Amino acid sequence: MPEIRVTPLGAGQDVGRSCILVSIAGKNVMLDCGMHMGFSDDRRFPDFSYITRSGRLTDFLDCVIISHFHLDHCGALPYFSEMVGYDGPIYMTQPTQAICPILLEDYRKIAVDKKGEANFFTSQMIKDCMKKVVAVHLHQTVQVDDELEIKAYYAGHVLGAAMFQIKVGSESVVYTGDYNMTPDRHLGAAWIDKCRPNLLITESTYATTIRDSKRCRERDFLKKVHETVERGGKVLIPVFALGRAQELCILLETFWERMDLKAPIYFSTGLTEKANHYYKLFIPWTNQKIRKTFVQRNMFEFKHIKAFDRAFADSPGPMVVFATPGMLHAGQSLQIFRKWAGNEKNMVIMPGYCVQGTVGHKILSGQRKLEMEGRQVLEVKMQVEYMSFSAHADAKGIMQLVGQAEPENVLLVHGEAKKMEFLKQKIEQEFRVSCYMPANGETVTLPTSPSIPVGVSLGLLKREMAQGLLPDAKKPRLLHGTLIMKDSNFRLVSSEQALKELGLAEHQLRFTCRVHLHDTRKEQETAVRVYSHLKSVLKDHCVQHLPDGSVTVESILIQAAAHSEDPGTKVLLVSWTYQDEELGSYLTSLLKKGLPQAS
Amino acid sequence: MKLYCLSGHPTLPCNVLKFKSTTVMLDCGLDMTSTLNFLPLPLVQSPRLSNLPGWSLKDGNAFLDKELKECSGHVFVDSVPEFCLPETELIDLSTVDVILISNYHCMMALPYITEHTGFTGTVYATEPTVQIGRLLMEELVNFIERVPKAQSASLWKNKDIQRLLPSPLKDAVEVSTWRRCYTMQEVNSALSKIQLVGYSQKIELFGAVQVTPLSSGYALGSSNWIIQSHYEKVSYVSGSSLLTTHPQPMDQASLKNSDVLILTGLTQIPTANPDGMVGEFCSNLALTVRNGGNVLVPCYPSGVIYDLLECLYQYIDSAGLSSIPFYFISPVANSSLEFSQIFAEWLCHNKQTKVYLPEPPFPHAELIQTNKLKHYPSIHGDFSNDFRQPCVVFTGHPSLRFGDVVHFMELWGKSSLNTVIFTEPDFSYLEALAPYQPLAMKCIYCPIDTRLNFIQVSKLLKEVQPLHVVCPEQYTQPPPAQSHRMDLMIDCQPPAMSYRRAEVLALPFKRRYEKIEIMPELADSLVPMEIKPGVSLATVSAVLHTKDNKHVLQPPPRPAQPTGGKKRKRASDDIPDCKVLKPLLSGSIPVDQFVQTLEKHGFSDIKVEDTAKGHIVLLQEAETLIQIEEDSTHIICDNDEMLRVRLRDLVLKFLQKF
Repeated sequence: MPEIRVTPLGAGQDVGRSCILVSIAGKNVMLDCGMHMGFSDDRRFPDFSYITRSGRLTDFLDCVIISHFHLDHCGALPYFSEMVGYDGPIYMTQPTQAICPILLEDYRKIAVDKKGEANFFTSQMIKDCMKKVVAVHLHQTVQVDDELEIKAYYAGHVLGAAMFQIKVGSESVVYTGDYNMTPDRHLGAAWIDKCRPNLLITESTYATTIRDSKRCRERDFLKKVHETVERGGKVLIPVFALGRAQELCILLETFWERMDLKAPIYFSTGLTEKANHYYKLFIPWTNQKIRKTFVQRNMFEFKHIKAFDRAFADSPGPMVVFATPGMLHAGQSLQIFRKWAGNEKNMVIMPGYCVQGTVGHKILSGQRKLEMEGRQVLEVKMQVEYMSFSAHADAKGIMQLVGQAEPENVLLVHGEAKKMEFLKQKIEQEFRVSCYMPANGETVTLPTSPSIPVGVSLGLLKREMAQGLLPDAKKPRLLHGTLIMKDSNFRLVSSEQALKELGLAEHQLRFTCRVHLHDTRKEQETAVRVYSHLKSVLKDHCVQHLPDGSVTVESILIQAAAHSEDPGTKVLLVSWTYQDEELGSYLTSLLKKGLPQAS
Repeated sequence: MKLYCLSGHPTLPCNVLKFKSTTVMLDCGLDMTSTLNFLPLPLVQSPRLSNLPGWSLKDGNAFLDKELKECSGHVFVDSVPEFCLPETELIDLSTVDVILISNYHCMMALPYITEHTGFTGTVYATEPTVQIGRLLMEELVNFIERVPKAQSASLWKNKDIQRLLPSPLKDAVEVSTWRRCYTMQEVNSALSKIQLVGYSQKIELFGAVQVTPLSSGYALGSSNWIIQSHYEKVSYVSGSSLLTTHPQPMDQASLKNSDVLILTGLTQIPTANPDGMVGEFCSNLALTVRNGGNVLVPCYPSGVIYDLLECLYQYIDSAGLSSIPFYFISPVANSSLEFSQIFAEWLCHNKQTKVYLPEPPFPHAELIQTNKLKHYPSIHGDFSNDFRQPCVVFTGHPSLRFGDVVHFMELWGKSSLNTVIFTEPDFSYLEALAPYQPLAMKCIYCPIDTRLNFIQVSKLLKEVQPLHVVCPEQYTQPPPAQSHRMDLMIDCQPPAMSYRRAEVLALPFKRRYEKIEIMPELADSLVPMEIKPGVSLATVSAVLHTKDNKHVLQPPPRPAQPTGGKKRKRASDDIPDCKVLKPLLSGSIPVDQFVQTLEKHGFSDIKVEDTAKGHIVLLQEAETLIQIEEDSTHIICDNDEMLRVRLRDLVLKFLQKF
């Protein structure tokens, strides 16, 4: 029995370390290859030894697909391809291909240079890994091999984020990666056609949240930033260099311009300018408005936002600083946070999701005394605000996507178990499809029953379709033909053609039954009586009286003859072929009952 | 399958393909060579043009002198220029389901088709094709609309009068159907009907046909198209290039195994080598400028100009031209330069890798940054302040009939220091220059046409092996001016089928098969039997469902359970449906074994007689006779249904069913 098997190696009832194995019609595909922000030991990468105990990954996996450039979706890629060893194709969109190596290098630097980790992947490994990447365009059907094809759909979320359809024959799986169903200031909304996959694997970060209007959130955000700056405080906004950062920059930039504010806005790390360049060059991936107006004004050229210098953190006066990384788990954002945390005038705004174990998660869950390295305790007096600007679909958006794609089954990943439970129920209720939420290492198996495509001869098909147009088309029509199976070539042809092709002669089986009738009249008159009788009974059939005296019903022949011994008896010879078996048999029994008396 | 040919211009095609139940228009080219018959539209009042003498017939009759003007022995129509549209009468264009666009030059007639024929379908094109196509249309509309012309000549179009005119006016075709330029409103409405597609995207049309654009290597976003069903494949090749310029390389492999390959848009200058032409362009440009002259390059706002700017970027410093200003004047100059930088996905590999750095893919960004290249919407405004000579001006339109180029022709034409360099191959440069004669300025002809030449075509055809090739008639014979060059035509086997404007071709293939899906439950119930080694057969009796042109076979319904009620059946309920066919039979019946079987089943008194063709088996007791021959069996019996059915089933045991 054919089946689809799905095993999350990461992101199973969890956020982070996205990595999902899919087997479909004998093909094995790995979806994403992320790292976990909450761990810095072995657990930060997926357990690739699960894929195959012996043997090379390249032999086992047909391809790897990366949905977008966030590290929890691609952070383990160089480790996977260069240190564990995989030489097959890695598919991602072009913006992802451009930006991914930069984030990987950033990640490597923090891990190796700042934290001093050994046995980490090197810069060269990132380069070698990226050489295995094949760029995929939106909606392009990429033929991985003769049978396996993949297709990317726009996912919003971040620049270049894509959902992927994986298809073999008539079986298919859609993996959403991270997506956003509402357009924002720089990206469009995710979209997919009614592709009716056997399985939809969707993220569920905000499985239980239904977000209020974005406009309100933006107003709230601007108000808080504005108030803090007005009272001379400093605002820290931890972000990842690409993605929400650009969204919030556009928001603040337009606000600063409108309100004519003077407080400086900084963006940490040298990545900004470069990052913005990517956005400028990948304009077709942004939203409609930016695409329409970019010739007049490129939204990614900021006037008010300047590069941050470490020394600025200690300068007096108000300022707004965007600093990386976004979950306050390391790097510059954490450094600035430590400096500013003690002052209640300051504010930190967390604009995105924080995974467990990070400082961001701790302060968001209300912790105000943090244990830092070296037993130091940091007291957090600054205001802590959480504002969901993550470009993930909320519960409503997820339901919307399920409705768009019309899958037969849904599988949830990239979310918390409790929240998934809720969404699972909702999906099962509303769409009446099965919904799964496997934990890491747990396999979901879905039996499939693919239909079998064959070539039908046009003559046969047209003959049948023409009959389908008859008035009593409500009755199901039976198509009768012969399926010729030669190697892997399946053709359905009419039986006549099948015989002919195989060089076989038809064997005609004919029956002739003698029906004795009591009738003293001449044979010719008997024939006339038979004719008018049959004509009146068989209204839907073609009954004919031929010049030679015989009667036909469709292709059944009836002849009347004299009885050799009894002149009062006539013999009807009813003759038909095996193909007319039912009708022939019916006629003999009908005639046996005799003819109605002539009136 | 039929092909309706609506355009006679081989590089600006417009064909309609009827394939299965769909009607697909392939390209929508607009023949603009008609404008060469008109006087130029000057931006600034030109005394020379307005003082041209009216034209009169040989007998001195001057009734046309308001409409026709004479310049150096050529006659021009003094009117708003008009374009030669594709045929609109050959086929009802409101029945066109989709229009496939191959590149931005081949969509210029789109507003005429989508806005004025009752067209209600969808247009498919890639994003660069649409964006740059929009720029080309915007420029065209702008060029024509900003020089309002009171006069619209129509007298000369009268058939009886046209006969009397000198060539080429006399020979102009279909002048009654020539139309003025569309408006921006029509352009916007036409473009709103376009759906964007990407290379290798499979687009389903009504479930019957699948169309796919492939990279054609000629321009940003340019495509060839595959139109196929499960068993038939038509390739439409239009404007393809194998040269490495800025666009993504041509996808040749996907054209393989075509039943029909429609080939259009080959190079218009088969004897010129584009690389050589670029070299000549640079050296002539440098020579003129060094001598203190100005260079005028009539061009389209997108396409080859990107390559020329790139060449100049590498060339100007070494040629000592770094102080010479380069001007690019077009209402869409800025947009064109900006758009070129954001289509990384549609560029050649080298340019794509630049984006990863991230750097703009085209070096004209740097030329603009360093002020070497300046762009202006028109000669009015800022340009007049910045204008310094000697200089190089890129501007349109290449026909020299409208656009800012008209102004520069008038301005620089009188001095032999200046040079006009023709790079666009769409217009004969001599005809383009005719209304400016006599000219003192130098004219250099360096046509750069990167489209396929005949050597490349024959290599391509050998590679992809289509069963049939269809092409415009121009490609099946050498060019008229070089009739001895037998190498300048398509050479393939079987010979290419050619078409001309307003012709309908029946394409030579017959559809034999169609895809049908067998539902798994039905597949499980099939009983295959091996007939020969490797060949198995199964008889199929199934219910056919057809929806959205997709066919599915489902298991036949179970025979209805006889209703237990005592309701009297009507006689007609018993009449069998003759449409329920029994399978065909094949095989032969070995008499001895058959007789043994009969005996085993309780028949006695069996007699066998030999006949000429077989045997007769007599069951004397039952008064039954069975004629057995090689390919037939005939059972003749009394009306004893039980007996007949028993005999039938015994016979069937020896036969195979189909």
